[in-house]
Amino acid sequence: MKGIRESLFSRAGATAVMLLCTLYFLVPIWWLLVGASKSRSQFSSTEPLWFADFHLGDNLSELFAYRDGVFLRWMGNSILYTGGAALLGTILAAMCGYALAKYRFPGREALFNLVLGGVLVPATALALPLFLIFSQLNATNTFWSVFLPSLVNPFGVYLARIYATASVPDELLEAARLDGSGEVRTFFTISAKLMFPALVTIFLFHFVAVWNNFLLPLIMLGNERLFPVTLGLYSWNTQVNQIPELRMLVIVGALISILPLIVAFLFLQRFWRSGLGAGSVK
Amino acid sequence: MRFPMRSLGIVLTSALALTACSSTSDDSTESSGAASCAPSSGPVTLNFTSWIPGIETVVKAWNDKNPDIQVTVQTGPNGNGGTYQNFFNQLKAGNAPDLGQIEYDALPSFRVQDGLTNLADCTEVTAAKDQFVDWTWGQVTFGEENSVYGIPQDAGPMALFYRKDLFEKNGIAIPTTWDEYAAAAEKVKAAGGYITNFSQSDINQFAGLAWQAGGRWFANDGSQWTVNLQDEGTTKVANYWQGLLDKKLVSTVPPWTTEWDNAYNKGNAWTWVSAVWGANSISSGAPDTSGKWAVAPMPQWTAGGTSAGNWGGSSTAVFKGSKHPYEAAKFALWLNTDQEALTLLNKEANLYPATKSGATLPALSEGVEFYGGQKIYDVFATASTQVAADFVWGPTMTSTYATASDGFKAAVSGSGTLADALKTTQTATIDTLKSQSIPVAE
Repeated sequence: MKGIRESLFSRAGATAVMLLCTLYFLVPIWWLLVGASKSRSQFSSTEPLWFADFHLGDNLSELFAYRDGVFLRWMGNSILYTGGAALLGTILAAMCGYALAKYRFPGREALFNLVLGGVLVPATALALPLFLIFSQLNATNTFWSVFLPSLVNPFGVYLARIYATASVPDELLEAARLDGSGEVRTFFTISAKLMFPALVTIFLFHFVAVWNNFLLPLIMLGNERLFPVTLGLYSWNTQVNQIPELRMLVIVGALISILPLIVAFLFLQRFWRSGLGAGSVK
Repeated sequence: MRFPMRSLGIVLTSALALTACSSTSDDSTESSGAASCAPSSGPVTLNFTSWIPGIETVVKAWNDKNPDIQVTVQTGPNGNGGTYQNFFNQLKAGNAPDLGQIEYDALPSFRVQDGLTNLADCTEVTAAKDQFVDWTWGQVTFGEENSVYGIPQDAGPMALFYRKDLFEKNGIAIPTTWDEYAAAAEKVKAAGGYITNFSQSDINQFAGLAWQAGGRWFANDGSQWTVNLQDEGTTKVANYWQGLLDKKLVSTVPPWTTEWDNAYNKGNAWTWVSAVWGANSISSGAPDTSGKWAVAPMPQWTAGGTSAGNWGGSSTAVFKGSKHPYEAAKFALWLNTDQEALTLLNKEANLYPATKSGATLPALSEGVEFYGGQKIYDVFATASTQVAADFVWGPTMTSTYATASDGFKAAVSGSGTLADALKTTQTATIDTLKSQSIPVAE
């Protein structure tokens, strides 16, 4: 009897803690949603967590029209930078990890450790050196100056190796070779499919990492038309003191800018979970 | 197995890139002494970086009229939000733009890093001296002969914004001295409000108040810097506001938040000693109070005094390494003196011009509805002429502001005083200068 009551108690406790955490994470988003729906004058004068007159439509059209619709361009840039880099980066990481797992060659462990060491180097520390390198190539302030550095993902290589070891049996590769399949074909038609859940995980990790890598575009880009949405909204936000009208646009823009992340997670979270689990076992 | 080496190569290259980068960082830009200000032959293209909203419109007006000097403009976050750091990075990498927007308080740091072109050899520039309000010229020359490190762009002369309706309703006289202001604060408190909100993080507002009171934080005699955040004027201002804080006569909401907007919108805060651009902050932050505000000159330390402070303002500087200093200076002069350009800057971004004739722009001579039709810019035009010309900023203002702001926050929450904060900032600033090998007097 006692045991059951205890477990009931602890279950209620756990639920309460989780509810609190949920609230903690959701209240800012709720605030954002409510704030974005208000007119400028009601924004500071009405209850922050409840709706006033509904102005989301007006705010949106103002946002999309401001400075020749530069906001939509930023959204497009962000999707291109993050989507493109995450896709290509995932393929690269998968091939690296797969090679490290499945081929024996001298220096393999050393190489793997080197890549693993790369996980420890924060992206922010690399932004300035990268800027100086790109300056030498006269390639700063271009699409590539943000895109190319974003392709690298050592953590993805690590995950891919672990997962390739676990999920791609050597026997299968032997069989493929006996049947005359080349290494490239084997990788894309057999191994990549077996590694798919891990690839989704890597893709999501990478997507989020590039999306959140704020410093690199801040340092590299001067041309507003190349900004990702994070940098664009940030630059508006720094001008709020001078141009208070921008505050409303920043808030509505922030709301719109989280939509792609939400969509990515909703579609891919199934794989994300199984991939994470798989990576943690071995 | 040879095949996988290709993909590994990519990882290797990036790993090499990590180690190779440290060697490229200390290229120095070729220094050529004072820039000779000779016109370039043939058409030129200039790069200009600014964060003024709508600057493109102004630049277009120039480009349409000057086919041989085309300006490409780039915008981004404001100076302290990343653009200054980018300027420094670009100077290091040798690809800085020709021109950049730099606020007055950041100019010395660029000069110390040898990032600016001295325009003193450009006769057009030195000839324009008299067009600018004296103190703005002092900000770009640092009060020295033969040095012009930027063209003054805008100014932030300060005045007193106050709730005319509330003062009248409660029979409180508009304070003309700081003593009267403190007395009024008591009455306002009794009427259920706060006379103002003390900003814990706008150290440059505090600098403006100290500026008015005769505080001079920095000086440079050519060989070394002196730091004096605890001089008589500054200490007087610090003790004054500490007194108001101690008696709880001012609110201490963090500035530039919705909470802060709300304090003004709901009529909890009755006055704001702020710069000319503050007019727009109030009208957009406190829309419900339209028609109820008015502007009066800043309260004075001595009755009948005529002294004002400044908060903000920026310049257009030509970076070291620009191949076309003559054309760059010509554009910067046009941008900041031409009535058409000034009108556009004012319309697009509320910039208050640094020129004497700028005060007569049509938009600045009209009554403003939000302020009950008062011609508020007349007050600021007068204030601008009353700002002392010898206030010099230090070369490490970012860190000075940060230390002072920490101290002010502590003082506002009751641990320590504003004077303590200034004392800490004084020591910290000297340490920062030393750590950057900038000569400084103890």
